[in-house]
Order: sequence, then C-alpha cells, then structure tokens
Amino acid sequence: MSKIADYLNQSAVENVKQAIAKARQNESYHALLSLTETRALERAAKVDNGLIGGRLKGVPFVVKDNFLAFGAPTTAASKMLENFNAPLQATAVEKLEAEGAICIGKANLDAFAHGGSTENSAFGPTKNAFDQTRVAGGSSGGSAVVTALDIVPFALGSDTGGSIREPASFNGVYGIKPSYGTVSRYGVVAMASSTDTIGCFTTNAADAELVMSIMSGRDPKDMTTLPDFFAPTAVKPSQRIGLVKDFMSEGVEPEVRDRTNEYVAKLRAAGHTVEEVELPMAKYALAVYYIVVPAEVSSNLARYDGVRYGHRAEAVKTLAELYGRSRDEGFVTENKRRIMIGSYVLSSGFFDAYYLQAQKARTLLVNEFDQLFTDYDALIGPVAPMPAFALGANTADPIKMYLADIMTVPASLAGLPAISVPAGKTSAGLPVGVQLIGKRRADAQLLALAKSLECDEVKN
Amino acid sequence: MTQISRDDVQHLAQLSSLQLSDDEADGLRVDLDNIVNYIHQLSELDTTGVEPTYQVTDLQNVWRDDVVDDYGLTGQALVKLAPDAVENQIKVPKVL
Repeated sequence: MSKIADYLNQSAVENVKQAIAKARQNESYHALLSLTETRALERAAKVDNGLIGGRLKGVPFVVKDNFLAFGAPTTAASKMLENFNAPLQATAVEKLEAEGAICIGKANLDAFAHGGSTENSAFGPTKNAFDQTRVAGGSSGGSAVVTALDIVPFALGSDTGGSIREPASFNGVYGIKPSYGTVSRYGVVAMASSTDTIGCFTTNAADAELVMSIMSGRDPKDMTTLPDFFAPTAVKPSQRIGLVKDFMSEGVEPEVRDRTNEYVAKLRAAGHTVEEVELPMAKYALAVYYIVVPAEVSSNLARYDGVRYGHRAEAVKTLAELYGRSRDEGFVTENKRRIMIGSYVLSSGFFDAYYLQAQKARTLLVNEFDQLFTDYDALIGPVAPMPAFALGANTADPIKMYLADIMTVPASLAGLPAISVPAGKTSAGLPVGVQLIGKRRADAQLLALAKSLECDEVKN
Repeated sequence: MTQISRDDVQHLAQLSSLQLSDDEADGLRVDLDNIVNYIHQLSELDTTGVEPTYQVTDLQNVWRDDVVDDYGLTGQALVKLAPDAVENQIKVPKVL
C-alpha cells in the first residue's frame, strides 16, 4: 500500500507541481507556513534530467518548520525566527534529498514545538484534516495534516513528548517516534535534548519503513546518535503484547478505548497474545516530563538573545532590556511558561525537590518498562485520551492541554520507540490512533507489526 | 495552595531574561502556580537510593579527532544572520 511508490515513476516536476497546487487548494487548513516552490522546481528538473536519483526519486515531502531547510525561512512558528534563513540544512533533510526527495514546503507547529494542538503557533493554528473546527494536534500539526490531506506522501516531524504521535492520531495517519538517538537532530531547533527525536508521518507502515531507513544512523554532528540499527524486518509471529491498563482508565474517552480494544482483537486474531499489564509509574510521567523538559527548554532557549540571530527589540537602552524585550517579543506565552518553569525547578532551593526528584522518578519509570519488556515484545494503548478537541477548548488552561500528552510522554522519557497507528474513527467521524511501544531499537519490529495488521486506510 | 507570588514571577522572569508586561505577568503567575501544584505530586514518591536518569542513550563519552571542522559554513554566512552587521562584524546597540 505504499503511496511513495506511486510517485517514483512519474515526472518529478509534475509531482512537485501537483503537490504545490494541492497545497494551495487547501490553504484554509493553515497547515503550511511557506512553500519552497522555486527551489523545489529546480531540484525536480535535475531529477527529471537524471542528475539526482535514489530511493525517493522525485518524491515531494514537507518538513516541520523547526527543521533547517533551504528555500524558505525556518521560523519554528515564532516571531523570534520569523526571518531566519538557515545557512545549512538538517542532516535528516540532507539524507532525504540525497535520495532524490524534494521538499516543497514547511509545516506549521506550536512555536518552538511547545504544545499539543498547534494553537501556540505565532502565525495562527492549523485546522484538523477531518473537521476544521477542531485542532490538528501538535506540536507537529501541520505535518500531520498535509499527510492526511494527501498533499505529500510523507512529512517530517519532531517528537519530544508526543508531538508526532498525537497529531498522527488526531488526523488518521501513521506517526513514528523512533528510539532516542535513531535520527540525527543536527539542524533541528532544539527543545529538550534528552527526549527530542525526529520521525515522520505517512499513510502506511511501508512508507514509514522506507523514510526511517534513509534518515537513521550515526551523525558526527549529533553525538547522541546511535550506529544505524534500523532495518525493515518481517513481523515476528505469536508475539506477547501488553495492554497497558493504566492507559485504559475512566479518564480515557469510551470510544477511544473501544477502538483500542478492537485493535487488540485484531492482534489476537493474528495469533498474538495480548494481556493486561500495569505501569504504575505512568501516572507520574506527566509530572516528570513537565519538570525535565522545561528545565532543558530553559537552557536550550537561552541562546535567543537578540544579538547573533533572531528577533532584536528596537530602541533598547540597557543590555538587560536588549535580552528581556527581544525575548518577550520573540516568544509566545507557552514558551515563556516553559522557560520560567525550567528556571524554577533548576533554581537553588528547588533543584533537589523538583529536578533531581523527577530524574529519579524517571529511573523508576525506565525500570518498569525494562521489567515489562523482559516478558513482552510490545505494549499497546491509546495515543491520547480523546480524539481532536475543539479549537480554543484548552487554550485557557495549560494543565488541561498538557493532559493530552499523558500517554505519550512515558515512552519519550524512557527513549523507547512508539508509533501511532490509525485505528478507526469515533461515531462523530474523528480519527483515533493506537500507540504501539517497543523495546529500545525495536523500531522496525513495531512497524512490521503495524504493517501486518494494516487495515483499510482511514479515508477523509 | 498558592506557591508562586508576584515577586516570584518577577524573579523567574529576571532569571529567564524575559521582560514581561504586567498583564502577562499576572496571567503567568496563575499558570505557574497551577503547574507547580501539579508537578508537586512527585513529592509523594519514595526515591530513596534511586539514581537519577539524565539521559537514555547507553552511550558513554563519544570521542572525535581534535581537528577543525567548519561544517561547511563561513563566518560571513553566520554574520549575515545577525539583525545588524558592519564589515563582517555583528553590530549591537549601544548600552553603556
């Protein structure tokens, strides 16, 4: 069911023209912040002339706008980087281009990838592919929507605590957050370095296998990358799979639980054993996440000072004012919340109680996962407690917004691969995704499992 | 349970190099208070004798040869990114 295959034997220029025309027809979703049309057409002509080839020859794709890429500014959906023209490209983009892929545009996100709905974009929210009154999810909302709308066959995203999986679930597409260290983060705007990962959105598991196998591998420019281990594989028969009870509580909407149980039934019908398992630390994972990640955010975003690049406030009189006003004007409120929470949990007097305690709790969570994976090949549960919520529903209450991440942050904190797989819709017609979580470096096995169960694609 | 005062917000803003408007500071005080109350639940966990996990790569030190790599970038290309530049140097406002 590969969709990428449909593009391979066609004119690259035609592929790019069609993708750009479709992007323009769908502007009302606000999924894209920019089109890289000129550069895309130049590259497409080179592909058609045989100067560039490879496994993604002439295949158009979109990157989340926190990937440094040529052809348009890299804004991270912020005023801070509104006019930032990247002097280099992300390793992931370079690797895809080396295989003939063509970036046609840059997708909307929550500013600096802080959020779960794309409503924190400084340039306005992205609308859900199935219902324009609802959120796209986030932070990689634009990438999920361009994939769901069939503008391109794949799009890149980043996932720090659910930013690929949650929008994939909300828009009925596949989303993979690989094991920590699988894909180089070089050239991607840093958020939280201990959980930032790069992955992709596709409409089927085979395409995700192809894109991940191209992007994966060690990069001397990102010292946290692992030697390449990603290789597409056949599904292991008769797997033992744990259904995480803690992810199926009353707080999860009944229809989301129903779709998850139906997927479990399919796993059983395919000869796998599914048993309920417990992950007691799951209930603390969100608190751990909202300590560890803001701490890292406060450090990573310290670089935006209005001096070397990015937004600079005008008519400043002191150095403190140069920094303070440039940052105040360049960041959205959610960026400020996270930076300030980070400053709080790292400050003397609170460090032990919050930051250190969170990192110890993280150990307990990792240990529980390790224990489960001695008995089970994979874990399953929903991606999010609900399908896409209404635009504006959670913007006044940050905690309510954070709770959408409650089932995606555990895998992030433990560095585990996790994928969002379309599992049908609610009675209101909104897509629901299930989450498969694997052992570290079992990324390809997870995709093989999803592929073996591939059902009728969720149609828009 | 209120933990974050207006003074705390101003102190955190200063630590974070953020010059906030009064309105935004008021809103952030409420938000930060709610978030701190939420993350405070970790205090009920017994972590005696547990080592912290700072990273999940299993990697130890990663070495490279000590040779200069310009990553394909020139100084000029980087100076061009600055909000203001003169003769290949970044220009900043006078603050003294």
